[in-house]
Amino acid sequence: MNCPISQPDPQIITLAHGSGGQQTSQLIEEVFIPAFFNDSLAMLHDGAFLNLPSNKIVFSTDSFVVQPIFFPGGDIGKLAVTGTLNDLAMCGAKPLYLSCGFIIEEGFLQDDLKRIVASMKEEAQKNGVQIVTGDTKVIERHNGQNIFINTTGIGVRFGVPIYPGKIQQGDAIIISGDIGRHGMAVMSKRHEFSFSSPLISDCACLFPIVQHLLQDGIEIHCLRDLTRGGLATALVELAEASNMHFEMRENAIPVSDPVRSACEILGFDPLYVANEGRFVSFLPPSLAEKAISIMQRYEEGIDARIIGFVQARSTPPLVVLKNSFGSSRNLRRLNGDQLPRIC
Amino acid sequence: MKYIDEFRQPHLVQKLVDSIHQITTKPWTIMEVCGGQTHAIVKFGLQELLPKQIRLIHGPGCPVCVTPIHFIDHAIFIAAQPNTILCSYGDMLRVPGSFTDLLTMKAKGSDIRMIHSPSDVLRIAQDYPEKQVIFFAVGFETTAPANAMAIYHAQSHRIHNLSMLSAHVLVLPAMELLMKSPDHVIQGFLAAGHVCTVSGYQQYHILSERYRIPVVVTGFEPLDILQGIYLCIEQLENEKCKVTNQYNRSVQERGNLFSLKMIEKVFQVVDREWRGIGKIPSSGLDLKKEFQMFDAALRFPMDRSLLDTENGCISGLILQGKKKPNDCSLFGNLCTPEKPFGAPMVSTEGACSAYYQYRRKK
Repeated sequence: MNCPISQPDPQIITLAHGSGGQQTSQLIEEVFIPAFFNDSLAMLHDGAFLNLPSNKIVFSTDSFVVQPIFFPGGDIGKLAVTGTLNDLAMCGAKPLYLSCGFIIEEGFLQDDLKRIVASMKEEAQKNGVQIVTGDTKVIERHNGQNIFINTTGIGVRFGVPIYPGKIQQGDAIIISGDIGRHGMAVMSKRHEFSFSSPLISDCACLFPIVQHLLQDGIEIHCLRDLTRGGLATALVELAEASNMHFEMRENAIPVSDPVRSACEILGFDPLYVANEGRFVSFLPPSLAEKAISIMQRYEEGIDARIIGFVQARSTPPLVVLKNSFGSSRNLRRLNGDQLPRIC
Repeated sequence: MKYIDEFRQPHLVQKLVDSIHQITTKPWTIMEVCGGQTHAIVKFGLQELLPKQIRLIHGPGCPVCVTPIHFIDHAIFIAAQPNTILCSYGDMLRVPGSFTDLLTMKAKGSDIRMIHSPSDVLRIAQDYPEKQVIFFAVGFETTAPANAMAIYHAQSHRIHNLSMLSAHVLVLPAMELLMKSPDHVIQGFLAAGHVCTVSGYQQYHILSERYRIPVVVTGFEPLDILQGIYLCIEQLENEKCKVTNQYNRSVQERGNLFSLKMIEKVFQVVDREWRGIGKIPSSGLDLKKEFQMFDAALRFPMDRSLLDTENGCISGLILQGKKKPNDCSLFGNLCTPEKPFGAPMVSTEGACSAYYQYRRKK
């Protein structure tokens, strides 16, 4: 005889999974611990005990709300790990530990959650990072398709701190690869645009390249990963933070044909399109060639090249983009979102 | 990249620039009509390459910029009604109305969707038969055919929960109005290539003859624009005034007959108010009588008398080429893309937005 009271569907997340009771424990024990297993997590305590040198700690946090949650080249889980690891890497730090907070919508498929957690596990393991503490909350159903992830990371820096204030006149500005892949991949998936060439996100952890550069003694003045707002916004932020004038060469900035085509059709400027696996580095020009050859040993760095130079201190700080016709324009921060052209 | 790189080759740009310098002996003022051309001129820094005597002024060809504020207010009014889904193109959501904008209405809970094509609107109307789906349709001859097709399709498939707030405008009457103005300074036109792809340029001959002004139908890539400028200066220097077609890889003299037929089937030509310029005779497209059941302005009537439109924005003068964006005292300090006073600061095709994005402040 069947029980007349309906049971929650085991295949979806319900409000009970966020209640802090039985179903929450079940989720932790069946999904999170097997994926992220480590001694700290196995203690099932309120926090994690970490062993860290006290004066070299780097700390960063980021939240991830990407839609769609699965996109060509990655998913929200991979992004949640690489995003925070990249922020640590940009400070010249080796990432060690991550915390992870999930906010999941009632009705979310458990299989999708498992896929996301598997991506997180893979990315964390690949980079020698432990996910040592976490939290899960469930919110009421909207369309049953939303999941938000916050990750906070702790790392230890290799050597001297790396930050925008160290940018110097004459520094070469090097980009690690072609721009705009992530934003266009996500947008084409979100709006179901079917372009003939595939658009695949550049979503990747940049720590291995940064580690290699630092271990080979490259004197890096500043690093910045390119995320929302694209290359242009990152450069403007750094020019303002360092009070410097950057002169960029438009024709040196690598943009793949599929990204260029999609941008031309929609009326987007690839300089403002999001990336999730690219960074700019500022370093003495004498070291540029060596740095580029190191970057090019990695898949993510194959298109690394010099795209500009730091000119001098300037008020106001400016990023000037010179084009191949000999004229120039100023770059600004992205304002709102880029919107497709009307005609 | 095919169809792009060929028209951005630096050595050909240089060659054309040299030719322009060679033939220019006097100062000339040329208006590029389309906002897409303005965007390209500013983005690629083309003005910097031209002789000092050549002055480019920016025309009224930005669909977002010329949509009068009462249409924005009407769209906001409709979006505030229960059980509605208002659909429009992205830039329209940011344009300030008298009191608010559509993006703010969306944040407050109105169901407002950004669409990429009129077919999105049809799909939404079919997905939500219990809702009223309103298409806030803007644009010139370029967008009108596909928008007309959406209404034609709605009629033939009995999609009666769809309606259109039609703010379509026509380019040629606006060019004529500019020429009629006693203080205009325009000596040559670069006509909008994509508008002419639909409309053709047969009717431009009358404009050119009546006002003795060269008109060059021009494309949007750097080489297109520079060649358009060259052809225009060549006429001016030789005291010629005729219509020439620089953009012949896209434009035919008679236009796109299928598109024109579709416009004619669904729309009728009406007098239309342009933002900052005022009413221009026979410059707009409204739904024809037999399609009026799809007219959102009739389905959701609004009293216009309550609204206020003055805020110091000089968009009218900018759209007529009488002022440049950085002549405006609001430009760049009070009026920015984050907080636009007028539509030209909103759309990527707007002259103010292009100046803000790409040029140093004066």
